[in-house]
Amino acid sequence: MEDLKSDRILEIKDDISNELRKAGYAEIGACIQCGNCTAGCPSGRRTALRTRSIIRKAILGLEEVLSDKELWLCTTCYTCFERCPRNLPITDMIIFLRNLAVQRGYILPNHLNLCRMFYDTGHGVPINDEKWNIMRESYGVNRVPPTVHTDPKYVKEVQELISSVGFDKTIAWGKYAKKEEKAEKK
Amino acid sequence: MFYPNLIKERKTIMSEKNLRYSLYLGCVIPNRYPFIEQSIRNTFKELGIELVDMQGASCCPAPGVFRGFDITTWLVIGARNISIAEENEADITLGCNGCYGTLLEVNHLLKHDKKKRDMVNKHLAKIGREFKGTIEVKHLIEVLYYDFGIDKLKDYIKIKFPDLRVGVHYGCHILKDSSNRPWGGEYEEPRFFDELVEITGAKSIDYKDKIMCCGAGGAVRTASLEVSLDFTREKLENMRKVNVDCCIVCCPFCHLQMDLGQMQVNDKFKDIIGESYKIPIIYYNQLLGLAMGMNPGDLGLVAGHDLKGVPPFISIQPLIQKIKEQMI
Ligand code: SF4
Ligand code: SF4
Repeated sequence: MEDLKSDRILEIKDDISNELRKAGYAEIGACIQCGNCTAGCPSGRRTALRTRSIIRKAILGLEEVLSDKELWLCTTCYTCFERCPRNLPITDMIIFLRNLAVQRGYILPNHLNLCRMFYDTGHGVPINDEKWNIMRESYGVNRVPPTVHTDPKYVKEVQELISSVGFDKTIAWGKYAKKEEKAEKK
Repeated sequence: MFYPNLIKERKTIMSEKNLRYSLYLGCVIPNRYPFIEQSIRNTFKELGIELVDMQGASCCPAPGVFRGFDITTWLVIGARNISIAEENEADITLGCNGCYGTLLEVNHLLKHDKKKRDMVNKHLAKIGREFKGTIEVKHLIEVLYYDFGIDKLKDYIKIKFPDLRVGVHYGCHILKDSSNRPWGGEYEEPRFFDELVEITGAKSIDYKDKIMCCGAGGAVRTASLEVSLDFTREKLENMRKVNVDCCIVCCPFCHLQMDLGQMQVNDKFKDIIGESYKIPIIYYNQLLGLAMGMNPGDLGLVAGHDLKGVPPFISIQPLIQKIKEQMI
């Protein structure tokens, strides 16, 4: 006969829930696992995202809550946030968990590209083709909108802030940027 | 849920007679859907509401995307944007639910949390800016409904469209977190947007899961296009079932998702949807302007270019035709 193995979680790590508490989300301890959040989640209707289980895994400190792709399938629609009978600010907590995930290196390549776009242009969706300028003109608005696009000094401001906060280091742009620069010089 | 006192606190820094706002554009309106910008600028001009540009504004940054990556970055860049409007000495108005979510929350957090404000200002000082906390952030729907006033708006309506069946799409962040949105805590069955649509004579048709998300937000469109489009498919199906002439939105990202996304749904899900969807997507100010008797060419409803691969991806001609018929 084979040895019996317990599938119970014998050790509860509290690093993730402690991070949540430190960030002001002490409510995590109030979750009664009722599942109301999952029941109303429009993403859970079509994906494996289970909001209740995200909260449970965060309480238990399971690293998979940060590495599972499901964490990125929440559209931040705030339905669970509004309906939680224990008043957990669930959506905000999911966003905080995403921050933790990124800090630990869990980020999708597409999202990393988006970050670089934001750093390079100051926009998540920039004017990256002249057709958008032509289109603007045809609708009677300025060819260049009065945003960061008017002057590179504004993009610099955004970049300075991103560096000041240290976000560039979090996702290691600094490293990538330098590598690319070196490659270009060669 | 968190800031139950906010609704009471909201006040406007200008007198009722002289409505003046900083116009925050965001990314999608100016860079992909400029006809929305045209319709906002021209309808507000017609209503005598002054809009001041926000020189050098950046991405808000997006509440599900960049806030999901790093909350501090989100706070600091959001505060920089707000500081531009503070220099204008005019409350912010904007036409995007996502930007609304970000700038409203950042403004509120920093006004009420001195520690966070000091932290943010330490960063901003490096570029010679400061968050002072002197202005409010308002969705243009809120400006029209409350500040200008829906009753006064009715006086500007010259043409009504009683035969127009409209699917109203609110989007998420205009409603929620409901405790700091100005709709009295209502988020399951709000009416304000329907009311604004109905002053044009159009009928707002109820459809299944009307308050449901379009699927674009929270970085999901970038994480998994297929999942995000499946939300859109469901919304479009529910609207088609009740036979609407168009869908009215108040957010350019919803607009993009329901327009460009509709085209993508028609392609990716063609085996399950039967006939392709053909629901024109219209921004609220475009409909409002028409009802005010304005020229469709001033409302971004007439394309003056022959560019390929630009919005609108779903033809709005059937709607224009229907409206013309009603105007005769
Ligand atoms: S609705 Fe609230 S209490 Fe219920 S499982 Fe979800 S987070 Fe926990
Ligand atoms: S906020 Fe996210 S987890 Fe909550 S209901 Fe919406 S999609 Fe689901």
